[in-house]
Parts: sequence; C-alpha cells; structure tokens
Amino acid sequence: MKRTDTSNPDYFHQVVDCQWGCPAHTDVPEYIRLIAQGRFTDAYMVNRESNVFPGILGRVCDRPCEPACRRGRMDEKPVAICRLKRVAADHRGDISGRLPVAPKEKNGKKVALIGAGPASLAVANDLMPLGYDCTLFEAQSVAGGLMRYNIPAFRLPPEVLDEEIDYIVDMGVTVHYNHRIESMKGLLDEGYDAIFVGTGAPRGKELKLPGRYDSDNIFIGIDWLESVAFRHTDRIGENVLIIGVGNTAMDCCRTSLRLGARNVKVMARKPREFFKASDWELEDAEEENVEIVTNHAPKEFVIEDGRLKGMTFELMDYVIEDGRILEQQVTGEVFIPCDDVVLAIGQENSFPWIERDLGIEFNQWEEPEVDEVTFESSRPGVFFGGDSAFGPKNIIWAVEHAHQAAISIHRHCRDESLTDRLPPLLNLGSRKMGLHEWSYSNSFDPAARRKMMHVPLESRFDALGREVELGFDAQQTAQEVERCLNCDIQTVFADNLCIECDACLDICPTDCLSIVPNGEPEELVQRLKAPVLEPDQPLFVSDELKQTGRVMVKDENFCVHCGLCAERCPTAAWDMQKSLLNFPQAADYGSPIGDTPCQQRKTG
Amino acid sequence: MTYIAKPKIDLPGQKRNELGLTERDYEGAMSTLCAGCGHDSITAALIQALWEMSVAPHQLVKMSGIGCSSKTPAYFVHGAHGFNSVHGRMPSVATGAMAANRDLICVGISGDGDSLSIGFGQFGHVIRRNLNMLYMIENNGVYGLTKGQFSASADPGSTAKKGEANEMQNINTVATAISMGATFVARSFSGDREQLIPLIKAAIAHPGCAILDVFSPCVTFNDHVGSTKSYAYVREHLHRANGADLIMPAEEISVEYREGETLPVEMHDGSMILLKKVDAEYDPTSRPAALGYLEKQRLAGYVVTGLLFVDDSLPEMHAISKTAHAPLKDLAFEDLSPGGEALVELQKGLK
Repeated sequence: MKRTDTSNPDYFHQVVDCQWGCPAHTDVPEYIRLIAQGRFTDAYMVNRESNVFPGILGRVCDRPCEPACRRGRMDEKPVAICRLKRVAADHRGDISGRLPVAPKEKNGKKVALIGAGPASLAVANDLMPLGYDCTLFEAQSVAGGLMRYNIPAFRLPPEVLDEEIDYIVDMGVTVHYNHRIESMKGLLDEGYDAIFVGTGAPRGKELKLPGRYDSDNIFIGIDWLESVAFRHTDRIGENVLIIGVGNTAMDCCRTSLRLGARNVKVMARKPREFFKASDWELEDAEEENVEIVTNHAPKEFVIEDGRLKGMTFELMDYVIEDGRILEQQVTGEVFIPCDDVVLAIGQENSFPWIERDLGIEFNQWEEPEVDEVTFESSRPGVFFGGDSAFGPKNIIWAVEHAHQAAISIHRHCRDESLTDRLPPLLNLGSRKMGLHEWSYSNSFDPAARRKMMHVPLESRFDALGREVELGFDAQQTAQEVERCLNCDIQTVFADNLCIECDACLDICPTDCLSIVPNGEPEELVQRLKAPVLEPDQPLFVSDELKQTGRVMVKDENFCVHCGLCAERCPTAAWDMQKSLLNFPQAADYGSPIGDTPCQQRKTG
Repeated sequence: MTYIAKPKIDLPGQKRNELGLTERDYEGAMSTLCAGCGHDSITAALIQALWEMSVAPHQLVKMSGIGCSSKTPAYFVHGAHGFNSVHGRMPSVATGAMAANRDLICVGISGDGDSLSIGFGQFGHVIRRNLNMLYMIENNGVYGLTKGQFSASADPGSTAKKGEANEMQNINTVATAISMGATFVARSFSGDREQLIPLIKAAIAHPGCAILDVFSPCVTFNDHVGSTKSYAYVREHLHRANGADLIMPAEEISVEYREGETLPVEMHDGSMILLKKVDAEYDPTSRPAALGYLEKQRLAGYVVTGLLFVDDSLPEMHAISKTAHAPLKDLAFEDLSPGGEALVELQKGLK
C-alpha cells in the first residue's frame, strides 16, 4: 500500500470519532480537557464556536458523538460527552466580552430569516458580526422554534433557551414576533438581498384509521406539545396511549405524566431494535414507569357514543435476520382502553406559503430542491436550512446547515461563487513537555461511565417545568473527563527516523501497531498483530522503512492515545501531536468591512 | 524509563492460550531500560513464546546475574519464580534450583559481560554439565550499565561511541559453546522476531543446556556508525542459515516441506523442530560442519543466525548425576532425610 496521506485533514479528523460524528465538528476532546482543568468558560467558548447553543445541546442534543466515541468500543459505554457539555455551560463565567459583536457600520446588505428556530438563529449568529442587517420573522410570540415548544421544559428549562437566544438577538437582530409569513412572493418583493427559510418540519404525520376524526381526544404529538408549552393545554386523561416510538413520543409520554395521566403506554409496531428513539430517552421514560408495548400495530380508534373508548391493535410477529424484517404476519387482535391518544409517528416540512411560480422547485414529495453543499434553492438568493431543508433531523444538524448557509449567503451577497469553498485547515502541534511528560492526561483510566443523577420520582411530577436531570457534580465531572481518550492528541509518525527497534510495538497496550512487509490491503491486514475488527476505522501505513523496507501500520480502532509508543521511541519517530481542525465559517471568507475575522476563533 | 504504567485494558476478542491466559498475563513489571533497547524486544519475544507454549507461570523459574540484560526477568511473567544472583554466577544458582526441582522450566538471562567476562568459567561448565535450561545471552557488545566500554564480544575493529577502535580479539559465543560440547546452540537478532520466537520455543523444549545468543543493540552506547552490533549493521550483515518451527508432540505437522529444503529434527519428548534451510550446504547436526561454516561466514563478513548446532542424544545433568526422578519437593520426608542411622550405613560403604 502507498503511504497514508496524513496531510489530508480528513485522516486525523476521522481518528477523532466524536468530532467526525458531530455534524458541526465540535472539538470535543479539547473542551473536555478544558473542563478537566476547570476552564469552564473556555470550554463553553470552544463549544459555542461550532455548535452555537452549548447550554441547550448539553441537555437535548441527539448526541451523534456518543455512539461514535472510541471509548464505547472498548468498554461499552462512551464518554458522557453531552452531559460534560452541560457542565461547561452550567459553570461558565461571564462571557459577555467574548461573544461576537456586530460592527456599528453595516455592510448595506439585508437578510430575511423565516422562523426563529435554531437554524435561523445560527445564521444570524454568523452574519451579524459581518455587518449584515438581519430581520427575523417568527409566527409565535417567542423565539426558539421547536426547541421551545416541542421539547418539554423538564428537559430544557426556558431560562437556558432565553440566555443563548439572547446572545444572538442582542447583536441587533430585528425580530418580528407574531408575524407569520403568509407569502414568499410578498417577502421577495420587499427587496432583501437574501432569504433564509428555517421553518422546520412543523406538520405532524396523520394516522388515518377508522374513527380518527370522531373524537376530540386524539392529538397530533408536536401540536399537542406546543399547546402544552404555551399553557393552552394543562391536563390529559388518566389512561393515555402514545402511538410511535421516536423521541417525540418519549416527550409526549413523559409530558402526559405531568398533566395527570396515571397509566401511559407507548405503542410500538415493531420490536425494540427498530425503535427510533435514542436509548437514553427510552431509559428516562421507562424510569418514569411508562410502559413500552412492542409488536402492536394500530388498527382502529374505538368510539362509543361519541367518546373515545380505546384502540384496537393487531398483534404482529416478525421474522428478523441481521436486523432486517424478512416477513411479518398478524397473529391476533387486542383492544386497549384509553382516554386519550397522542400520535407521534413523525413529522414533515410544509410550505403552503411558498407560491409555486417563483422559481423555487419542489420535488414529488413537496420538499424543496436544496443543494446539499450550498443550501441554496433553485432560486438564487433563497436558502433553506434545518428541518425545512431535508426533513426532520435534529438541532445539531440545523446548526451545521446554518453555518454552511451563512457562508453561501455571504458569498451570494458579494457576487462570489457559492461552490467555491475553503477547505478545512489542519494544524498539528506536539504535546511533548519533557522526557516523560505530555501536556495532556495520558494515563488510561478504567473508570465506568458516571450515571446522571435525576430528581427523585416522588417529587418529579409536581411541576411541569421541573428539570429532571441534575447535572454532574464536581466528583462525577472529575471522573468522567478522565474517561476521554484524547483522540485528538494524534500519534504522528516520521518514517525516516524509525530504526525498527520494535519498542512501540511491545509497549502498545492494545497491539494496534505492527511492522510488516508491505502488500495489498487484503494481505496487509492479515499480517497485523491484532485483527482488524472495525474495517471502517482508518489504517495508517507508513513509507517503506529504511532498514528493512517493511512498513509501520497502525490500526486506529483501539488506540487509547496513551503516548507510550512516543515515550518508548528512542528516535522520536512517534510523536503525540494535537490536531486542531478549523472548519471555515462565514467570517473566514473575509468581511466586507475590513478583512479581519470578527468572530473570536478558538485557541488550541 | 517510562512514568505511566502500560495500562491493562480488556479488549473485546482477546486470544487466550490453553491455560485460559492472555498474552498480557505473561508480562512483568514496566521495563526501566532505555527506550528502544533490544533487550525489551527480546522480552516481548519471550512473553509471546511462553504464552504460545502455555507455560504455567508457577512452573517457570527465571534466573539472572548482573547487567542490563539481567534486569530482564523482572519484565516477563510476573507470576513465575525468579532469582537475581551475583555477577556471573547465574549458572550455579540455576543448577541448584534445577537440582532441587527438575520439573521446572528454567530460563536464565545473561549478557555478554555477565557470561563472557566475569562469568566465563560458569558459562563453560554449565554447558559441560548440560543443565536443562534456556541460557539466553543478550549480546550487545558493550557494557551499557557502565556507559559503553567494549565487552568481550565486541568485534576487533569496531568503534566505541566516541570513535576509538577495539584492538582485542572477541569471544565468539556460539563457536565457543559448540566447541565446549553444547547440545543446542542458536543465534538470533532482537529485531528478527519471526526467527527468534521459534528458536526460544525450541530451546525451551530441548532437554539440555540450550545456548541462545541474541544480538541486541544498545541504543544508547552501541547503535552508531562503526558499531557491528547496531540495528543497521546487523540487519545489513545478517545471514540466516535457517529458520525454525517447533512442532509440539501433540500437534500434527501441517507445514509442507520438500526434501532438501527442510530438515526435521526430532526431540526426545516427541516434539520436532522443523528447520527451514536457507543455506542448503549447512548441516546443524555436525559439529565440524557448524564450526567451519561459522568461520567461513565470519571471514566473509556475515553474522550467521539460526539454529547452528543441535545434538539431542547427549545426557543432561540429572541423567549424568543419576539423581532421583522426582523433584525433591515431591519426595517423602523419610526418603529425603533418612536420619542418622542411614548416614552411618552410607559412610560404612565408603570406607
């Protein structure tokens, strides 16, 4: 094999599994180290740089980083990355001097943002410091979008939302609350230089079964959560059925318990392995004694004398192989009584307010045609991001869409090519401090993942807005940060220095290094000291070494970044170097009013 | 020297040997030798060989004298017995241990200083005695522990780190051992584990004194241009006479070998060493052939490695001394210490 091209930022980026897994590329190991050093404010700012809403995401992020975490491949449970983010947010000091500021002198370009959810807010966050005049239109009386009215307050307190939204709005964004945009055409006529659509996926899917429209006790999940959030609904019956097992279903069942329900069942059509809800949300619901019933397919709503009595379900049986359903059959039928039903089977975007003759193309499913890189629609100057672009995802994706859309808007307003985008930058810096000293905590800590403490069940349901998770205490934080394997402290190999003494091979606690004769990839992996268990993990192959012509191979899968290879190397052929990845944002493309980036860039 | 310990990590899918132990279970304390020392590489080879042979740690005794090499026993199989003895006297202490318990597997680790200078006499006599042990010499050509003076194995003409040349003749460990009547003599290189590990296994299986001379570069004092024991020099001048595979008695011989290319050497316990001949002329069962070959290759400037000589038929120490067949610990107290009357009887017979 040829030498691995480690100058391509993707190589080292992929080694940092969490950062690779995060749509916004949050520098997770960096902020965890800062937390370990008690530098909560700095940790918060590293987060804010990429994900804009650390306090919010530290509570409700979908955490694509955690399933990716290398620690999870070694001892089953990943580092509690998300909860550590909350630690940084909860304990940060005053950051007012470190937030981006809008210049007094504007650049003369006007941008309209539709829907005050995470996508639009993040676009404003990137564009305001560049002198843009941003105007935000929101149908409700408050900002936040689904973060406010689809996520219950017991998971995300309103104060946390307000604070992080204000950081952006206070830069001078013009906000029109209670202002629903009814016509795209009308907005286009107002002469904005660019329009960003961040209206989310506000329409809950219907379940058109017999009896659906014969009762007032059947609700659409996201609409129902919204009316609870705005206090239009404050009670529900004793027996509630939730249809669907996504994260919205989890929010619905737990909200029901806080509105007077005693007996809540979540009805799933398929077995547990097919659930869409995140494991931790399922666990939290089950902790509150929500019953999750599998293999029940809804058949009809049973209405008697105009009142909902319950639902009938078909009992399902599946033949499953390798995680796929090969066959299914109905084995029976069952009636389950209830007072209310909440439908949480998905949601979709909806654009009745966009006229179809404006050059904004829609596909056969009524979704807008949006470019996956530039986020521009088929009409130049109109951009989409968040759930409105490609359907329901989650907040962290919306933030990343927004960063990219902001770059496009910035380029569009300067008549520059949208597809001409800057590559990510990689900077490597040695972390050697002395003969046996590294500027990071390199010893492997076998501790298990710390468990998040919750408000006790007996006092949990008193108030709708009582936050259930208490956050990590000082000791839990101190232990959890040490579980991080510092995957961003890379093992960097200088081929010409190696004398093939095998010291690194012998000391490696996970046998991830081998010096073997070179060959084709299939042959090479056969020769390695430890079997390749995760073929998707990167494999480093050096140049041919000078003494024997063999190659150094490293399987990144199980590397714990302990630095022992570098410590044992007599010629410093191995070194531990921090990979600092810089993903360009709008400010990096130059500001129209002076070319200094306005945003505070992180230090690494 | 390393400050953090090599962490113990239970990875999914770790291999286990017949005793249910992982390779990591055969490790010892963290090495305090210089980073890149050949000795550490040999330690790793020993760990792998002992693990693959499923040697029970309590059956193993590790012996050493003094020197960098003699620190090695601390770094493998922490559950084994061990004795770090006086400089050059490892063979005597090993003889005592093996005399008392003939069932032990004895691994003695020595260096070129420990065996070829202060312990040269002991080295010769343990060979003559044919004590059942692996006698490993970690040979780096310098006194590393006293900062790089030439040892008795330094080649004439090779230079020290600061440039002065060695003018004395060297002791050729393997040739000396063969001429003294050793029954198993091999040489290898710390950087050639593919050859070293099977040789360690064969040496342990050999029922007698197995001398294994391993070139082990001293990265601190003898890895420069001008040294003949550096990684680069040894790699450049290495001449493999053969490679070996040890086939245990119970194993089926699965390696296909062609006449003339592979030489099977049957051991008395039923195991078999398959020698992969690299040099067709070479015959490791003939003492004059071995000595001649070594001398010829030396003149040509090569460092010969491989199993250089083996003779499984000569009796080992217990057979020569006609000692008890069981370890002393297994004998009944009355047999081991028959009392004063028995002594008087014995003495009568000697009058």
